[in-house]
Amino acid sequence: MTPLIETRGVSKHFGAFRALEDVSVAVSDGEFVSVVGPNGAGKTTLVNLLTGLLVPTKGEVFFKGANIAGVGPVALAKRGMARTFQLVQIFPQLTVAETIAAAVVSQQGKQWRLFAGVSEDVAVGARVREIAGIFGLQHRLESPSRMLSQGEKKLLDVASAFALAPELILLDEPTSGVSSAEKHGLMKTLIGAAKAAGVKAIILVEHDMDLVAAYSHRIIALAEGKVLADLPPGPFFSDPLIIETVVGKRRGH
Amino acid sequence: MRTPALLLIIAAVVALALVPILAPPFYANLLVPFFGYAIALLGFNLLFGYTGLLSFGHAMFLGLGAYGAAVIAGVLGIRQFEVVLIGVALGALVVALPVGFLCVRYTGIFFGMLTLAFGMLAHSILFKFYYLTGGDSGMRVPRMRILGLEFGAYNKIELLAGPFYYYCLVLLVLASLLMWRIVHSPFGLHLRSLRDNAQKAEYLGVRVRQFRLAAFVISAVYGAIGGAILGFRIGLADPELVHWTHSGHLVFMTVLGGFTSFLGPIAGALALTLLQDQLQSITQYWRFVLGAILAAMVIFFPRGLAGIAGDIAALFTRRKREVPA
Repeated sequence: MTPLIETRGVSKHFGAFRALEDVSVAVSDGEFVSVVGPNGAGKTTLVNLLTGLLVPTKGEVFFKGANIAGVGPVALAKRGMARTFQLVQIFPQLTVAETIAAAVVSQQGKQWRLFAGVSEDVAVGARVREIAGIFGLQHRLESPSRMLSQGEKKLLDVASAFALAPELILLDEPTSGVSSAEKHGLMKTLIGAAKAAGVKAIILVEHDMDLVAAYSHRIIALAEGKVLADLPPGPFFSDPLIIETVVGKRRGH
Repeated sequence: MRTPALLLIIAAVVALALVPILAPPFYANLLVPFFGYAIALLGFNLLFGYTGLLSFGHAMFLGLGAYGAAVIAGVLGIRQFEVVLIGVALGALVVALPVGFLCVRYTGIFFGMLTLAFGMLAHSILFKFYYLTGGDSGMRVPRMRILGLEFGAYNKIELLAGPFYYYCLVLLVLASLLMWRIVHSPFGLHLRSLRDNAQKAEYLGVRVRQFRLAAFVISAVYGAIGGAILGFRIGLADPELVHWTHSGHLVFMTVLGGFTSFLGPIAGALALTLLQDQLQSITQYWRFVLGAILAAMVIFFPRGLAGIAGDIAALFTRRKREVPA
């Protein structure tokens, strides 16, 4: 079976700095894959390559069998990929309903309707309520996004990405800024939502090893721009060298 | 829209409709440019308030409307105002597409400077190509038929203060309704989302540049229609219409009225038209007073007149709630 997304020998250089060097990874349907590594290992660069934002210096990135190097976020959203950001991204002046509706409008291809009322669109409204319900935001639909609590903003950020009905979703540290008590709750909401929304695969970029260990099918560790390990959680966490590189250095901060 | 706001708008339209009947023709005549500015600012605020792009060259499209009227009615001799409106709308489309294509690649101050540069370019073309544009003396905009009617019994002032006044009032109402639909459409939602957070919007499938360009073009068409009204009123397409200070004038009105509100720019156009007339009759330093008012507005009431009105309305509703049931 061809993977949902894969990189083949991808390198990315910024001038003399080699952010990624010859990285080949793949994620298939049904997988939950975590990307870990110390700061500066190339995680963000990899995510930006996978989301078509950056063009690789060398190598290729394939999503559903098509080369997506540099096609940009809009084209990828259309093809079924969504992402969230480490720092919560909202539309401060839009309400919760409008934020989700913006994604639903894209997904339903209605963005060029200049004279139709978006709030009167029954199909958009139904989908907005469905998505808001999955994330427990159904009582906040008319609240301006900037008035939400930090946790709700995070949920809204992710909810709007899910509203695209993506096949693949990239979560860039979704639990950053969330208290450790709430982290597992948030992850369970995300995974439940992914199943409900028909998401085929999830890529998680995460520092928190508890979360990585608890939810991943497979873990890709990056170090200094190279793939250090690409293993299921069992073998991954029993290899002291990997743990030393990935976790040990973080403790040293 | 909430019912009280709707009633207020209907009251305002009725009040405007009564001006030519109840007030001396001077006032109706004074308000004709207000209609031109109000239509232009509806477009301007689609770009500024809803898309987050502040243009400092928007007067070029008002100029395009006035010069377009001069060319179509004067040079070509087609003295039908509807033909002029369609013609300048198409002209704005043709000019705004390439200009907008270049400008929307940038945002913030860079967008502002680029639009300013295009505005200055337009001004110097109109100013220097004397044999085509009449240079500093401009081009005459002859009297036109409206709705195919000559209104031969009316002199120019009577025409402006009567039939043309109502014509412009209807145009403003139609232009407002159309813009209301646009900002509340899926298209308008995408504009507001990219204004708030362009990166996030892109990841939600919003075609940021295309939509900025579309907003630019629509705002240009509105600007040209407003400019055609100004040209008809003055009877002249003057290069000063395109001068960058006139673009600043548009920004002034929008900020005065409040760009965060749909009707704010219209309120701003009305307030400034009346204020300028009053100040000019009181003092020759009226520009100084206007500047001071704008500074005070930005500092104390950043949401403009519309914001003040909203606060007052909120005050009343709160007071009502405090009364025990």
